[in-house]
This record gives sequence, structure tokens and C-alpha cells, in this order.
Amino acid sequence: MAAIIELENLSKHYSSTIIGVDDVSLSVEDGEFVTLLGPSGCGKSTLLRMIGGFEAPTHGRIRLAERDVTWDPPYKRAVNMVFQDYALFPHMTVGENIAYGLKMMGMGRAEQRTAALEALTLVGLADRFDQRPNQLSGGQRQRVALARAIVRRPKVLLLDEPLSALDARLREQMQIELKHLHDKVGITFIMVTHDQTEALVMSDRVVVMEQGRIAQEGKPQDLYDHPVSPYVANFIGTTNFVPATVADATEAAATIETAAGSLQVLLDRPVAKGAEMTLGFRPEKTRALAEGEAAENALSGHVAEVIYYGLGVRVSVEIADGTRLYVDSLLADALARSTVPQVGTKMRVAVEPHNIFLFDGRVAP
Amino acid sequence: MTASSNAPGLVSRYGADTAFMTFVALLMGFLYVPIWVLIAFSFNDSRSLTWPLSGFTLDWYRTLWANGDIQAAVGNSFYVATFSTLLTLLVGVPAALALNKFHFPGKTMFRRLILLPITLPGIVTGISMLNMFRLFGFNLSLETVILGHATALLGIVVTQVFARLQRLPKSLEEASSDLGANPLRTFFYITLPNIRSAIIGAGLLSFVLSFDEIPVTFFLTGRDNTLPMYIYSTLRRGVTPEINAVGTLIVLASLILIILAVIVTRERER
Repeated sequence: MAAIIELENLSKHYSSTIIGVDDVSLSVEDGEFVTLLGPSGCGKSTLLRMIGGFEAPTHGRIRLAERDVTWDPPYKRAVNMVFQDYALFPHMTVGENIAYGLKMMGMGRAEQRTAALEALTLVGLADRFDQRPNQLSGGQRQRVALARAIVRRPKVLLLDEPLSALDARLREQMQIELKHLHDKVGITFIMVTHDQTEALVMSDRVVVMEQGRIAQEGKPQDLYDHPVSPYVANFIGTTNFVPATVADATEAAATIETAAGSLQVLLDRPVAKGAEMTLGFRPEKTRALAEGEAAENALSGHVAEVIYYGLGVRVSVEIADGTRLYVDSLLADALARSTVPQVGTKMRVAVEPHNIFLFDGRVAP
Repeated sequence: MTASSNAPGLVSRYGADTAFMTFVALLMGFLYVPIWVLIAFSFNDSRSLTWPLSGFTLDWYRTLWANGDIQAAVGNSFYVATFSTLLTLLVGVPAALALNKFHFPGKTMFRRLILLPITLPGIVTGISMLNMFRLFGFNLSLETVILGHATALLGIVVTQVFARLQRLPKSLEEASSDLGANPLRTFFYITLPNIRSAIIGAGLLSFVLSFDEIPVTFFLTGRDNTLPMYIYSTLRRGVTPEINAVGTLIVLASLILIILAVIVTRERER
């Protein structure tokens, strides 16, 4: 598959100190679903708007299907955008909204109508053809905005926080629907969101952004299992961070001292003896140990809080230096193993070496 | 039990309602009684404006029909109001669009300068434009009045249209561009339909204000008189029933204009 979008050292500097996007290079393959993920102000929307042609970059180039479009206005680019506020034209009917982009292509009236109706059917709103946008619910407007964008068969569909205005239940439903729509129409999707679940559920590839730069990109599972920085580890999923010091190191493994005990970790890079590090691990990649149970890697502390959330329990464990760690276990599992903890009691937690991330320095994300 | 406990509440509420309705009635009276008096006297069978009314007649409308001066004045007023409105729209709408769209140095100053003529007394606008026309050797005529009115009314059009543009989400024009429309098509298909009612409203307001404008007209007109100037000059001989008849016709015309405006803007909403 060929790259449909290539960003080459793309930057947007508003002034010498205010930087929107900083030297981003990214290649998106034809038919891919890529998500730009990050907190507000990380430059993800600016990046999307530069691809759409609404903002001009200060450095770098954008290639669309191997053609340089860096300086093309939006109406000359074969990309379409679903706006955060949907931007439906209030003075037109739903059908006219969808046909607008076709009319601009010079398509005949009858074909416009057929194509618009087809696109509307695809999003399940064929019966709303003659209604006005203000007669529709939020979710329906969202679908019309989608239909209006894909009816032009763009090379790339840009989605700017498309689900942020919907309520939680509808958002979950639309996540799946959008994914199905992507599979059905075969257009490349580039979506911007600050919601990690959305990114993980929907995308083939996630690009995590931090202060205008790409912090890490990869498949959702790779990002989740191998975050390169505490920032990424913290942004995608929940991570426990523990200050640690290297006690002993070979080429492939190291022994690390923490306030909760010493741990074995696997190494993907050499570390020096005595180096200050930060450990990270996921709350669900832990196991509460029963009384007297032996484990390769065990941390110990006191139970500070027990939070019940239906499917399981999340235990907050306080270790000797005051750091609190989350330990998740399925309730049925915990009951079966009689490890449902009481506040104030001692608790030991096992973490497998391959589930531990090792970050340089003492970092508090 | 409930009845007795509710009774004082009901009484005081009834009292408050009555007081409020009386206030509304007084306000309405203050606003509209003079107009009804004008209309009544225009049909009154007597030259003197005294109560009670003496009888019904259409004589004043007949003399009005025969009065060439009044007809010329009405014609002049329509001419001036129409063209000064067109001129303000022609300058004001693009100015509002520029203010909304572009960022340029001195933008705030530009905006204040455009709005200034609304706050200036008509006399100041009138005298200063008179001086200017003299300086450039223009002859005073209805056309100079049109220029004067357009200047004074520009601020109204700019404020109204600019306010509407500000409420229009930027994403609409972006979406239009995204869907393949060049800036010209975006303007005609998206921007204009969404600010149309503001333009119509501002145009109507400009028309009405220009129609009954006196101070600027006073300084800038040549030999021709507009209707308010004509009425003003005949007032020295007292209010005649013909004037009441003209006034009644103007009220009628305004009503028709207002209803038209409502219909046109309604159509847009639907």
C-alpha cells in the first residue's frame, strides 16, 4: 500500500515562543484509520487543520497522493473534514447539505440527489432528506456531517473530535459505527481526539502528541504495552509509577530497589548500576498475593483504599515512601482466591518482569 | 384550608397583575395615542384641530392629491431614501465583511471611525459635509443629501451586519471551502443567505431614518425639498389637516414595509 498523506517536517510557529506544531513527519497509508491523540493544546487539531488546508504551515511540506498540496486552498484538496461542531448549513435541508459538495463538483441535479440519498442511507437517515439540521438530534447531525464529507469520495477524511459533543452512550455506539463505516467505504480516516478509549477502540494506528511533537506512534496495543515515555504511559491507560534505583544489572536483566521491595526487570537497553530510574506498570497487570504465597516479583505495602467498580475492585496500596499504587483484580477472582483486602491490612502484589516499564530518571508525569 | 391559605396570595397576585397591566396600557397609550389622534384628525370634517370631531370627510386626501408640492416632496423623499439606503448597503456590507474576516493594523480604529457618524449629531455631519461640498465646488442637490444620509447611516448597516457575521460560526465558511466552493461561491451560497435578514433589516431601518431625516438634509439640500422639510416649512402656518393626511399615509406605508420585512425574514427561518 502506498502512502496517501506524507507530512514532511511540518511546523506551525505562531511566534518564536508560541509553537503549534513542531517538526512533525508522518506518513499515512491508503485506507488506514489513524488517530492523533493528545491533551488540548498539543497541536493535534492544528496538524489536522493544516492537512485540510485551513492553516498554512510555517515550515515543511504536505503531500497528498504524491502531489505537493502544501499551498493549495481547502477547495482544491481531495480531502474532506467532519467539523467538531458539524458545521451543517442551517439554511439548507439535510439533502441540500449533502449535495452541496457535489454541486460544487459540477454534478447534475439528478445525480446529486441520487448520490446524496445513497450517502444518507449509508448513515441510516434516508428519511430525513428534506428536514432542516435544527430538526435533528446531535447524533443525527453528526451522521449528516459524515455523509456530507464522504459523499465526495475524498482521498482522506479528516475528523476533528467528531464524537466530543455526544453523550457517553451515544459516543460508544458511534465509535463502533464509525469504525464500520471506515471499513465499508475504504477511505483513509485521520481523526483527532483527546479520548484515549476512542483512539484505542477505533484506530489502526495511534499518534500520541505532546507539545506539538509526536511523542510516540504505533498500533494501539503496542502503545499500551510498550510506551516509550511516562507521558505516553500515563496518557494511554492508567500507570503506576514507582521511583527506583538500579542495584545490579546484566545485559538482559536488572535488579531494582524500590521502597516496596526489590524487583527483577527485563532490559531493552543497558543501564548503569546505581542509576536513578522510574518503574511503571499497569494496575490490571498485577496480582494480589494470598497470605504466604510466593512470587518472583513482589511489592508490599498497606491497603489505603478499596474501590468497588462492579466488574472488579481497585485497591490503592500505599508503600513505604508514601507512593500509592493501584492494583486491579476481577471481583470473582479475588473472592475465589480470598484476596479481597481490608483497609489497613498488609498486602503483597506480584508484577511479572515483562509487564514492567523502565524509564530513565526520576520522572513524575 | 387550602382556599383560605391561598386567598391572600391570590389577592396580591391579582393586584400585581392589575398594576402591571395598567402600566402596560399607559405605555401603549403613550406610544400610540398620538398616532391615533393624527389618523382621526386626518378624516375630521373641520380645518381646526379641536375636540370633539365634527364629522367624517376624505377632503384632506383630495386636496393632498391636488397638491403638487407635497407630491414632489414625497417623490424626493423616496428618491433620497432609496438611493442613500442602496449606497450605505453597497459600502456598509463589504465593510462589515472586511471587519469580520480580515485582521489588519488599525482595525479597531477603522471600526470606531465607521461607527462614529451614528453618535455625531446630524447638525455636525450636515455642517461639515456642507463645508466639504463647498470646498470642492459641488452644487447642493438631492444627490448631496444622498451622500450625507449615506454617511450618517453607514454605522447602522455596519453594526447590524457585523453583529450577525460575528454570530455565524467560522466553521460554516470553512466547511463550504472544504466541500469545494471557492471564496466567491462560499459568499453567495453560504455567507449571504445567513446574513440576508440582517441586511434587509438594516436596509429598512436606514430607509426609514433617511426618509424622516431633517438636520443633515437641511444643510445639504439645494432647491428641492424632502417631505419632512416640506412639513416643517408649512408648520409655520400651523398644522393643517393635509399634513395629518400625509402622516396617516406614511403610517400606512410603514406598516406595509414592516409586514413585508417580517414575511421576508420568516421565509428565511423556515
